[in-house]
Amino acid sequence: MSDITKQSLTELVENIKNKKLSSTDVTKAFIDRSEKSEKLNAYITNDFTSALDKAKKFDQKPNFDFKLPGIPMAVKDLFCTKNIKTTAGSKILNNFIPTYESTVTENIWNEGAILLGKLNCDEFAMGSSNETSFFGNVQSPIDKNLVPGGSSGGSASAVAGQLTPVTIGTDTGGSIRQPASFTGIVGLKPTYGSCSRYGIVAFASSLDQAGPMAQNVKDCALLHEVISSYDPKDSTSIDFKRNHYGKELTNNIKGKKIGIPKEYRVDGMPKEIEDLWQKGIQYIKDCGAETIDISLPNTSYALPTYYIVAPAEASSNLARYDGVKYGFRAKGENLIDMYEKTRSEGFGAEVQRRIMIGTYVLSSGYYDAYYLKAQKVRKLIKNDFDEAYKKVDAILTPSTPSSAFKIGEKTNDPVSMYLNDIFTVPVNLAGLPGISIPAGHDSKGYPLGLQIIGKAFDEQNILNIAYAMEEKINFKNKITDWWIK
Amino acid sequence: MSIDLKTIKHISKLARISVDEQRAEKLAGDLNSIFDFIEKLNELKTDNIEPLTSIAETTLKLRSDEVKSKNIREQIIKNSPQDNEDYFVVPKVIE
Repeated sequence: MSDITKQSLTELVENIKNKKLSSTDVTKAFIDRSEKSEKLNAYITNDFTSALDKAKKFDQKPNFDFKLPGIPMAVKDLFCTKNIKTTAGSKILNNFIPTYESTVTENIWNEGAILLGKLNCDEFAMGSSNETSFFGNVQSPIDKNLVPGGSSGGSASAVAGQLTPVTIGTDTGGSIRQPASFTGIVGLKPTYGSCSRYGIVAFASSLDQAGPMAQNVKDCALLHEVISSYDPKDSTSIDFKRNHYGKELTNNIKGKKIGIPKEYRVDGMPKEIEDLWQKGIQYIKDCGAETIDISLPNTSYALPTYYIVAPAEASSNLARYDGVKYGFRAKGENLIDMYEKTRSEGFGAEVQRRIMIGTYVLSSGYYDAYYLKAQKVRKLIKNDFDEAYKKVDAILTPSTPSSAFKIGEKTNDPVSMYLNDIFTVPVNLAGLPGISIPAGHDSKGYPLGLQIIGKAFDEQNILNIAYAMEEKINFKNKITDWWIK
Repeated sequence: MSIDLKTIKHISKLARISVDEQRAEKLAGDLNSIFDFIEKLNELKTDNIEPLTSIAETTLKLRSDEVKSKNIREQIIKNSPQDNEDYFVVPKVIE
């Protein structure tokens, strides 16, 4: 079968269970394609040899009760993988080999999946274009001049380019949904507390969530079912009754009320995005659901709030990189000099910028003016959603204010880079689930995404809405394999 | 407001990141444009708003205080840039 890598996760699972394909066939196919795809720079570390061994072992003694039987999968290099280098896209972790496994990846291997390798990302997940990685930028399978988005850019590129059937990313301000939107795939940022943060390299602990990225909604639901679990090792993990998201997926969304927030119609938004949104509204109606105009009045304050809260938390979290316990160490004349040189040489420019912002807003005399103020505004943003959800079951918005931009286009202007996350950041601040689905192309042929935001713990509902809309949209990703020829 | 080079030096000391003159100037420019953008929050009156302290709004679970991982010294030391098998080694602190 030459088209193995074109198959969805659901098809691959089916074919392995029916013995039409072996795990070795599937693993080989994705390794072959990954090897031909070096130009994309999607991988930081590959584990192909050991993946093939594991696939052969699976085939000798297959267990078809698993949800991911013998399925090969590459994951973002922010998840600690036991005995496999985990870098977070940073020089400072370039030699770090974890002695433990993140809960989310452990859940995946426990269901029979096989690690292919570790995918490139922005350094410490700080970026919207995958250009801040120490291991070089990732190219988009859509067009060689485009960024894949970020920070889960390697993950997005690998799924859209069919280097892995599905993957997991992390999302602190849009890092799953924005790259999913830029590359024409589906990405879910779950409710805060749904997926364990244990073993994920920390960026901003009150915002970080792991989530699935896939070619379609059904695959996304299936993978979410595997990764979402209560975990005592993460003190913010929440013990709630989780659905069988894949099994319970339905396209019947008749009678659902979907909110359309007027504040997401931002200045300077291209007409193509507005048109896409209107099309989305029509699809919702075609599915038998109802749309209602709503207001989220504090939306425009979300990004400034985020750029206080996230760097503040990052500056504390990244204090651990001191050249003593693990990671890169620079030579210094004394202990302090060693710390300062290690961090100066080990962190890239964007990470240093954010540590500096965070340190400043938490420093003596500025805490009230910035951090406390931001936490108050964050409350207002959350209240906006609480108020809206008295009237609606979910909210529909564009995923991003534009299609993918060109490599290098925004690297010299941090604020214009940050503005890319304007529609995704409020969801993280309020701890809600959000999913981006591909919904069309702009005039240049680049993918555009729509975002469905849900109530806390209501992943099943937004997955259902996404599933119903996906059927109406009938999106076809334009992948030319430009990097293989 | 404006972040000057003196402030950059101060923050870089707090953050334990050494910054040379050239980078300090670049950082000052970047931080000023970011803080101009952040200042938008001052439009909002928040005197009577309770700050958000936890997004999950659940009380933290308690657990019994038991040692779960024992004898993992080797694992802890494994990734250190410099050690003597029992301890992390750092540049001399006490003369």
